[in-house]
Amino acid sequence: MLKNYIKIAWKVLLRRKFFTFISLFGISFTLMVLMVATSLFDHAFGPQMPEREMDKLLFVNTMREQKQEGGFMTSGPPSYHFLHNNVRTLQTPENVSINSVFRTVNSYVNNRKLALDLKHTDQAFWDILDFNFLEGAPFGQQEVDGASRVAVINESTRKQYFGSSKVVGKDIVLDQVTYRVVGVVEDVPVLRLHSYADVWVPISLRSQDFNKARLHGSYFATIKAKNSADIPKIKEEYAAMMQHAERQHPEQGTELYSFPDTILESFARTFLGRGQEAGLSMLYTVLAGLIFLFMLLPTINLVSINISRIMERSSEIGVRKAFGASSSTIIGQFIVENVFLTLLGGILGFLLSAAVLKIINDSGVIVYADLGLNLRVFAWGLLLSLVFGLFSGVYPAYKMSRLKAVEALKGGTK
Amino acid sequence: MITLKNIEKVYQTKTIETVALHNVNLHIPKGEFVSIMGPSGCGKSTLLNIMGLLDEPTNGLVEIDGTPIGRYRDKELSQLRNQKIGFVFQSYHLINDLSVLDNVELPLLYRSGVSAAETRRLALTALEKVGLSARTKHYPSQLSGGQRQRVAIARALIGQPEIILADEPTGNLDSVMGEEIMNILLQLNSVDGTTIVMVTHDENMAHKTERLIRFFDGQQVSDAKTATHEFQKV
Repeated sequence: MLKNYIKIAWKVLLRRKFFTFISLFGISFTLMVLMVATSLFDHAFGPQMPEREMDKLLFVNTMREQKQEGGFMTSGPPSYHFLHNNVRTLQTPENVSINSVFRTVNSYVNNRKLALDLKHTDQAFWDILDFNFLEGAPFGQQEVDGASRVAVINESTRKQYFGSSKVVGKDIVLDQVTYRVVGVVEDVPVLRLHSYADVWVPISLRSQDFNKARLHGSYFATIKAKNSADIPKIKEEYAAMMQHAERQHPEQGTELYSFPDTILESFARTFLGRGQEAGLSMLYTVLAGLIFLFMLLPTINLVSINISRIMERSSEIGVRKAFGASSSTIIGQFIVENVFLTLLGGILGFLLSAAVLKIINDSGVIVYADLGLNLRVFAWGLLLSLVFGLFSGVYPAYKMSRLKAVEALKGGTK
Repeated sequence: MITLKNIEKVYQTKTIETVALHNVNLHIPKGEFVSIMGPSGCGKSTLLNIMGLLDEPTNGLVEIDGTPIGRYRDKELSQLRNQKIGFVFQSYHLINDLSVLDNVELPLLYRSGVSAAETRRLALTALEKVGLSARTKHYPSQLSGGQRQRVAIARALIGQPEIILADEPTGNLDSVMGEEIMNILLQLNSVDGTTIVMVTHDENMAHKTERLIRFFDGQQVSDAKTATHEFQKV
């Protein structure tokens, strides 16, 4: 039966070339946009080098200080002092890294200025994150303790600063300070804010920040749990630590907000967070709403195209009913046809998406972006195609299945 | 086989009420070849559609094999049509996007327990019966009217139904083609014992059947055995 349905679906597609073009264009274009969006989402929030073990990672990037009376508020990255004394001392995590917010430094190659993003990190940073080293190795605890002028650079910096030769052991000069290159890693996309940089150097080179006993500074913490089940425990321990910190605050009545967030929670909290709530459910609602609205228009369009396409086939529906097809069988047939059409659109959408993603990657709009149609994105695309097919096929199929056989044979009057 | 009791069919619009059938009582026994005649709009096709469970009467009762089907649901009606009834339409109603073989196989797609190989075999047998085994891969648009109607008959008989309902099967054909189709139907009735109810405008065709029922303005006006029934049951 399925073979018969697909055979007829194919014939109908070939016979009505204009409808087919409009339908396929609508489906493939919509899917392409959704796929590119999914790929961007995946790129920003999914497991990616070097943040591969996403289910075990939490990030601290904000400290908000709010006075209850008057509503005065200070918000920004926490200080090294706070993270060192309060976060590094947490018992539940497997490991905690403190690293600076990246800042831009200048370098000169053949009288050409090269602006590079520099990040200061501890040794734990390299243990927690999973960088792909192209040559050399990360700096160790000894270099951090000794505040050695060593650096790990990324692939692009190697190419721009040195050309593509082996560079471990060579010097790089940044803001007139010379560092010895100890390792080269693959480029980390800028969307991975907590790990991204062009050059990573020991955090001890900024030891002047270590003893500034204040809450705000320019540092992040990256926390690794022993396993994903420990994440809620870490959050609880962190919350207890924050209450303690609030009580220790010299100014009474000041509320402190800082959270160890997953990368998605961290993003949601920036835009939608309220009080203790990260706003993750709100983010999902907003995203689902946007996807729904975006898919609504082509779906309505497809439904109306489908209705007129199916109406032309009322005689066929009549014949099928006369020879024993029930209404539910007819619905099944049109859904199969529609899913077939949308899967075709899906394939086209994939090809289009691949082309658009290549254009985005090549354009450099997103620094070091390496957007691709990986298996997860492929599965999402397939799922979206099926939802799209069902969504746009069910209503016309239901409408047509309600035609009485005798009406359908006459050409459909309902 | 088919019994109609006090059948009424009324088409109602906002302003007009049209009585298509009024107090029709009929019994068609198993194995009979009945023709129904009457002027256009007298309710012949409506009657055939009600017999074939394609339409519901406004009032009255339809019985198939002594079972009243008034309360049957869509799924049960579909199964009953699939197993007991085959249709032949004046305008053939073949699916243009399917080949001759696929068109003929259609009723068996909706019957559970018949394998694809068995379906194919039965379709080829049915096409052989109507003399079209050389046209299996053709599409309806590549066939003449008479050939299309033969495909339609093959489709009607593939499921070995007990009843064939034919609505003006020769109406769109010239006399030679019409004769061919009629002979196939007569053969089906006499050899296989299939009950056939045929709506026709053609007196000659009607007189080849066993029984002729005439309709006028939605009412049955005569019902008699034909004098010139030429075929004897085997």
